[in-house]
Amino acid sequence: MISFDFDYLTPTTMQEAAELFQRLDQEGKSPYYYSGGTELITLGRLNMAYSEAVIDLKNIPECHAHGLSGDFLVQGSALSLTAAEVANFFPFLTSVASQVADHTARGKITIGGNICAAIFYREAVLPYLLVDSTVIIAGNKGITAKKMSDAFKEKIQLKKGEFLVQLLTERKWLNAPFIHIKRRQQWQTGYPLITIAALQAEDGLRVGLSGLCPFPFRSAAVEAALNKKEFNREEKIREALKAMPSPILDDVEGSKEYRLFALRNLLEEILNWQEGGFKLENT
Amino acid sequence: MKTHNLVLRINGEDRQVTVRSADTLLYTLRGRLGLTGSKPGCLNGDCGACTVNVDGWPMKSCLMLAVEAQGKEITTVEGLHDAPIQKAFVEHFAFQCGYCTPGFIMNCHSLVNNHPGADDKKIKEWLESNICRCTGYAEIEAAVKEVLGKKS
Amino acid sequence: MRTVGKSVIRKEAWDKVSGTARYTHDFQFTELLYAKMVTSPFGHAKIISIDTSEAKKMPGVRGVLTGEGLPLIGEAIKDRPPLAFGKVRYHGEPVVIVVADTPALAKKAADKVKIQYEQLPVVNSPAQAFQKGAPLVHEQLGKYKKDEDSYPVPGTNIATHLKIRKGDLTNFWKDVEFTVEGRYSFNPSDHVAMETRCSIAEITREGRILITTSSQAPFMAKRLISQYFNEPEGNIEVHTPLVGGAYGGKASVQLEVLAYLSSKAVGGRPVKLWNSREEDMITSPCHIGLDAKIKFGADRNGKIRAAEILFLWDGGAYSDKAIDLTRAGATDCTGPYGIENVWCDSFCMYTNHPYPAPFRGFSHSELSFAIERTMNLLAEKLKMDPLELRRINAIRPGDLTPTQVKLNKSNVGDLPACITKLKELIKWEEGEVVPVNDRIVKVKGISCSWKTSTIDTNAPSGAILTFNRDGTINLMSGVIEIGTGTKTVLAQILAERLKMDVNHIYVRMEVDTQTTPEHWKTVASRGTFMGGKAVLEAADDVIRQLKDIAACVLRAPIEDLEVADSRVFLRDDPEQGVHFKEICYGYTYPNGNAIGGQIIGRGNYILRGLTHLDPENGKGKPGPEWTVTAHGVEVEFDRKDLTYKLLRAVSVIDIGKVLNEKAAKGQVMGAMSMGLAFAGRETFVMDELGRILNPQLRTYRPLRYGEQPEYMVDFIETPQLDAPYGARGVGEHGLLGMPAALANALSKAIGVPIYHLPLTPELLWRTREGLLR
Ligand SMILES: Cc1cc2nc3c(=O)[nH]c(=O)nc-3n(C[C@H](O)[C@H](O)[C@H](O)COP(=O)(O)OP(=O)(O)OC[C@H]3O[C@@H](n4cnc5c(N)ncnc54)[C@H](O)[C@@H]3O)c2cc1C
Ligand code: FES
Ligand code: FES
Repeated sequence: MISFDFDYLTPTTMQEAAELFQRLDQEGKSPYYYSGGTELITLGRLNMAYSEAVIDLKNIPECHAHGLSGDFLVQGSALSLTAAEVANFFPFLTSVASQVADHTARGKITIGGNICAAIFYREAVLPYLLVDSTVIIAGNKGITAKKMSDAFKEKIQLKKGEFLVQLLTERKWLNAPFIHIKRRQQWQTGYPLITIAALQAEDGLRVGLSGLCPFPFRSAAVEAALNKKEFNREEKIREALKAMPSPILDDVEGSKEYRLFALRNLLEEILNWQEGGFKLENT
Repeated sequence: MKTHNLVLRINGEDRQVTVRSADTLLYTLRGRLGLTGSKPGCLNGDCGACTVNVDGWPMKSCLMLAVEAQGKEITTVEGLHDAPIQKAFVEHFAFQCGYCTPGFIMNCHSLVNNHPGADDKKIKEWLESNICRCTGYAEIEAAVKEVLGKKS
Repeated sequence: MRTVGKSVIRKEAWDKVSGTARYTHDFQFTELLYAKMVTSPFGHAKIISIDTSEAKKMPGVRGVLTGEGLPLIGEAIKDRPPLAFGKVRYHGEPVVIVVADTPALAKKAADKVKIQYEQLPVVNSPAQAFQKGAPLVHEQLGKYKKDEDSYPVPGTNIATHLKIRKGDLTNFWKDVEFTVEGRYSFNPSDHVAMETRCSIAEITREGRILITTSSQAPFMAKRLISQYFNEPEGNIEVHTPLVGGAYGGKASVQLEVLAYLSSKAVGGRPVKLWNSREEDMITSPCHIGLDAKIKFGADRNGKIRAAEILFLWDGGAYSDKAIDLTRAGATDCTGPYGIENVWCDSFCMYTNHPYPAPFRGFSHSELSFAIERTMNLLAEKLKMDPLELRRINAIRPGDLTPTQVKLNKSNVGDLPACITKLKELIKWEEGEVVPVNDRIVKVKGISCSWKTSTIDTNAPSGAILTFNRDGTINLMSGVIEIGTGTKTVLAQILAERLKMDVNHIYVRMEVDTQTTPEHWKTVASRGTFMGGKAVLEAADDVIRQLKDIAACVLRAPIEDLEVADSRVFLRDDPEQGVHFKEICYGYTYPNGNAIGGQIIGRGNYILRGLTHLDPENGKGKPGPEWTVTAHGVEVEFDRKDLTYKLLRAVSVIDIGKVLNEKAAKGQVMGAMSMGLAFAGRETFVMDELGRILNPQLRTYRPLRYGEQPEYMVDFIETPQLDAPYGARGVGEHGLLGMPAALANALSKAIGVPIYHLPLTPELLWRTREGLLR
């Protein structure tokens, strides 16, 4: 039950959306880009999200693009996680996305919404971070393209009124070997205790984490430690653990100390996978 | 616009209804259209009791605004008439209190239609979206598998 | 038998799969107003001020209520203001209610209520509450009105104290050669019925109070509202349609009172109060927590000679049903073992936590966790097979229970038989630990439990039967259909007695306290026993009346008549008879003369021979019979990261007699699933301010599809002689030993004893590493 009232607007072009946002912002309506909308609905109910003007991005064709084009896989931000899973252009994304929330909810949650989410797990960003996809952003000043590594620092870096339109992923990455493990507090459902995603690139192992810190991240220092040829396994893990950003979460899913225990085991599994010739299937 | 006059296509009928933008599909079905088969269990997308089918796919109706449902084909539990999954639920004792049942049935209904050959993994992937607190899920599993068995 | 024992499909099945089954929240009409609560954000705080002026000015607002001027209420001790007054004692406690035209307007206005608090020191566990000098949750404890058998201690946080003193108290540890001791604890948690609680109330100009509520106890709601507010009982009508899961949580009376007060505040207009999930979890009563200390002493043969037991139940902010829970814990404190010397102190402690409702098993799964872990500690110390240790000590006919009831073949089930069956089903001889590879092992754990139902000594149940003109029967009983299928089982019992087709019996699903005969409360697995006894009596009443008329029609003595297949006929010549439809509304002769008249059957049952417990030693008869159970759980355990998967769960229950096979198994499997989720994952996570950090199903997670084990359910049938067809209660029992069995398996798996719940991998890790907090 959302008790506040809002205008519901359905722009059909990027420009229209951006203009609407600017105008409504000037009018003090706290405009809100709405994609899957699950956050507005669930957090709005608890007074943790508010808007008087909701701009639904789902009617903008570019936000629905989905397919291979030239050297790229193009994915619109308003694609549902299920749609991305079913098409399965990018198996790494499929693996990660298919562990977010639950199957029915994924029919509503969108790629863009998950990446831009206030709920800090934002797991779907991990594959894009690791392959450093290109992000297409629209705003008042037109369209810009950025590398994910520039656009996403703990969370998406957007200027007021900007929104995520598409994700462009180079074809060469689509079938790169990857591993993804989502560890929960208990059994097989729920938020991550830690989600780890790794990909083997020519320049070495790339690793992304969600649920360890109050933001998902890929860390150069962690990767450097894991890729250091001089290190043995134990040293790699030790140095990688040291390089983790802070703060480490300490919450209802698990304490800080326990997360570090679980993380050590997960790093081991990643190295096992690497040493074993990437055989382990995603779990 | 903060309120809308909508025509929603529900269970094969066009239904006119006035809603606030902020009204969820669940609230609209129950409070405005008297279709109380879909149940609220959390309003947070967690429990699945409110599951309906939208264009044949399962949807938690508490996670969708009524305005978003325009132009879509909505099926609620009231729209099923002796569907095989209903019969299987009855015969396998796949419910007790029955509160989770409409949501479970709508999820299962969509599953058996979209994946008539669903294996254990697929069944689990779909059905973990709903909570049943009364049964231990064994009977629900039996019911779904019976319908799938007949399809394949 | 023709109907009893068969898997008859429940009467409301097609309504439930079609969406036509109605639950309280499904009732809506245009004049209905909506109430919204404003609840406490803190565990313990003084209310400095409440400003409702802005809320009152909001459009569509029809009334705003605060706790001022309301009487104190509560079942055993009147310690609870319906809305907090002066201070709040738990996170989620209702403080203000706003009534408005729509749910959205009510919420909008509720958000405008401004309450200023000043935080107070928080009592965050029963053990802390028990310490000298702990902050007091109730300063005025001595002044509250209370029942005779509640024993609060003013100036402390003790809401009641139950004592069991049995055997030789002077030479208590006399024959003991080995002792073991353990301290156990777990937080409160929740029932999580999928239907959150809801009540609708209206007061008519005549002063009639009409309530519709999702409750296990509509008759209690009527009595309590009458008592709390001095309303004549006859003016109160409580309706309960189908209930969407309850598990004990809906046996407490809370929203009914608040809805009634809300309606009163708006001149009697109908008001609906519906819990959000968050409110249902923390504002409404929860599942009790416990701190326990258990000491067992045994001789060299493994016979337990003495048990010293301390239970500190987490009574939360208000005692309500916690007093009864504390008593139930005391009565069966030893678990299902014959122990001569027993010393048990069972305390209900006030804390700044949500207050508990009954929870499936009524204190028994909780106490079993502590007892059965201690049993395994003892088995280890004695180097004995834990299953054998249980067999040696199994309680048997001839033994005395902790409250000194002498057991016989009828009032207790056959525990050794359950253990034997368990041993076979769980494949005990394979060994407790079976390695799969260098990392994975399969591990088994077992437990036993028992339970009697400590309900009011004078609890009644009644049934009324009426006929339709086609000779079919309408069955009315006060038992609520909460999902247990009891209404259908009652129809089976009736069909069996009348030797008729169960399809010719119609069951009224809704209960209303004005026209449905009372069934005390639909709790404690007593529906079948008490409701069944009443139905049998009503059936006999109907048979007598049918035969009376048939005797005239058939011109035969009553003794020569037989009833079956909806007919009354001559025993020696079945062709000669009349169909029910010819006599159930009187018999009409061809010339128009009529005799007899409408047949209305009535039956009732009241428990017999139950007594209060002696306050000094606990002596007394708390319940009619003891159901016994044996359980096993097998997990696949990863020794490296301490995660595990549930493989198999076994329950063997002495059910007396299986009345409806599939329904009984379903009840047991459901209870097992709930027990495993409670054991493995469910708990309220609280911070130092007593705030609950996970009041949502996103973060408080019941078992989901795919996480369940393979269930193995088996029954032993030792009839309870005075029960309908010998059946014992079974609604709760699958749950009882699950937490203990899982904990026993995992203790074995990590090689370190476990004393806490829930059994998350983190708890296992902390336990193994000695890092418990
Ligand atoms: C039942 C359930 C379980 C969940 N479990 C998980 C989980 O396991 N892991 C996990 O990572 N998350 C989980 N979540 C969180 C959820 O994934 C996010 O809240 C969700 O991804 C939001 O997606 P959406 O499309 O609904 O976003 P919306 O609600 O539409 O938007 C979310 C936020 O992003 C902004 N936004 C949306 N689209 C754009 C855009 N194109 N450009 C700029 N800003 C935009 C919105 O303004 C809003 O602030 C769960 C959610 C639910 C309901
Ligand atoms: S009410 Fe929609 S998922 Fe629970
Ligand atoms: S049948 Fe009660 S919750 Fe599923």
